[in-house]
Amino acid sequence: MEYESEFDISPGPLVRPFAIAKGRTRPGRYDLDMITLVVALAPADRPGLMPEYAEILEAAQRPQSVAEVAAAVNLPMAVVKVLLSDLIERGDMIFRSPPARTTQRPDPKLLQAVLDGIRNL
Amino acid sequence: MAFATSDPQVGSPALEQSAVKILIAGGFGVGKTTMVGSVSEIAPLRTEELLTDAGVAVDDLTGVATKTTTTVALDFGKITISPQIVLYLFGTPGQERFWFMWDELAAGALGAVVLADTRRLDSSFAAIDFFEHRQVPFIVGVNCFDDAPRYPVEAVRDALDLDPDVPAVLCDARDRESSKAVLATLLEHLIDLGTAARA
Ligand SMILES: Nc1nc2c(ncn2[C@@H]2O[C@H](COP(=O)(O)OP(=O)(O)OP(=O)(O)O)[C@@H](O)[C@H]2O)c(=O)[nH]1
Ligand SMILES: [Mg+2]
Repeated sequence: MEYESEFDISPGPLVRPFAIAKGRTRPGRYDLDMITLVVALAPADRPGLMPEYAEILEAAQRPQSVAEVAAAVNLPMAVVKVLLSDLIERGDMIFRSPPARTTQRPDPKLLQAVLDGIRNL
Repeated sequence: MAFATSDPQVGSPALEQSAVKILIAGGFGVGKTTMVGSVSEIAPLRTEELLTDAGVAVDDLTGVATKTTTTVALDFGKITISPQIVLYLFGTPGQERFWFMWDELAAGALGAVVLADTRRLDSSFAAIDFFEHRQVPFIVGVNCFDDAPRYPVEAVRDALDLDPDVPAVLCDARDRESSKAVLATLLEHLIDLGTAARA
């Protein structure tokens, strides 16, 4: 895919989100992983909200991972993380990071719960 | 368990769940997306990651809109384990030129399933090497393609030069029960590793 030609000829769907996100680097203001969960605190139909933000709020009215939001709004994760950071900063969203590990290994109780969940599918 | 959470606000929808992930890896066309789809509660989703001309991940969006970039697709699925835990399954991009993504994928993963196709076992060597070096626990699923010769799992283990403590199982990635059994084998292995480490 060549964004360059889209940019030159007619503004493609990706140009705006890039323009909004541009100049800001990936590590961002929050440590968002692909499985960090986010949920909207605000409705998506607020007047004056830029469409890219509205789409993200719409996609995350229920808890979703960063990867799911990216899939729903059809933007690369690197772009979505920047836009999510904006929304979190404004208090329009909250996030929850994956379980922290005190050691190299995950919590045995967590592993057992996942195993039980898989067996019960 | 400790969680890092942004300030929860009073009266907001609670974020009670946290997420874990498992990687489904292996060579090109080995059945990764098929396995994700057979156990996921949603149709596999796809996200695109940005790749610069040089084949490295884009981590600085400055000027990206005016540069030539390509994307690499990541397929993933989801299993709700409990009200507190949601499991994501990520099919790792098979082609070696996309391996730059593996670091982010591997970070914090519970473990991995390396799928192998007996017609071209060598295409799974690279994934096995990667997880061994990163110390990401993994098991091997030998995907039984219809037209592939059947070998005893021991022969496949030898050919892949697996450590004796790495489980290897035969599977059919198209079959939900078979894919569930593969995931259960991985979790049992992870639990065993934890028990051994604490003993
Ligand atoms: N007979 C048989 N066919 C399978 C099995 N698993 C996958 N296939 C088929 O093999 C083909 C490739 O499977 P994919 O799931 O797309 O493989 P992949 O590893 O995601 O491929 P890439 O993402 O391109 O690397 C598809 O046509 C599947 O239907 C299996 O266990 N048995
Ligand atoms: Mg695939």
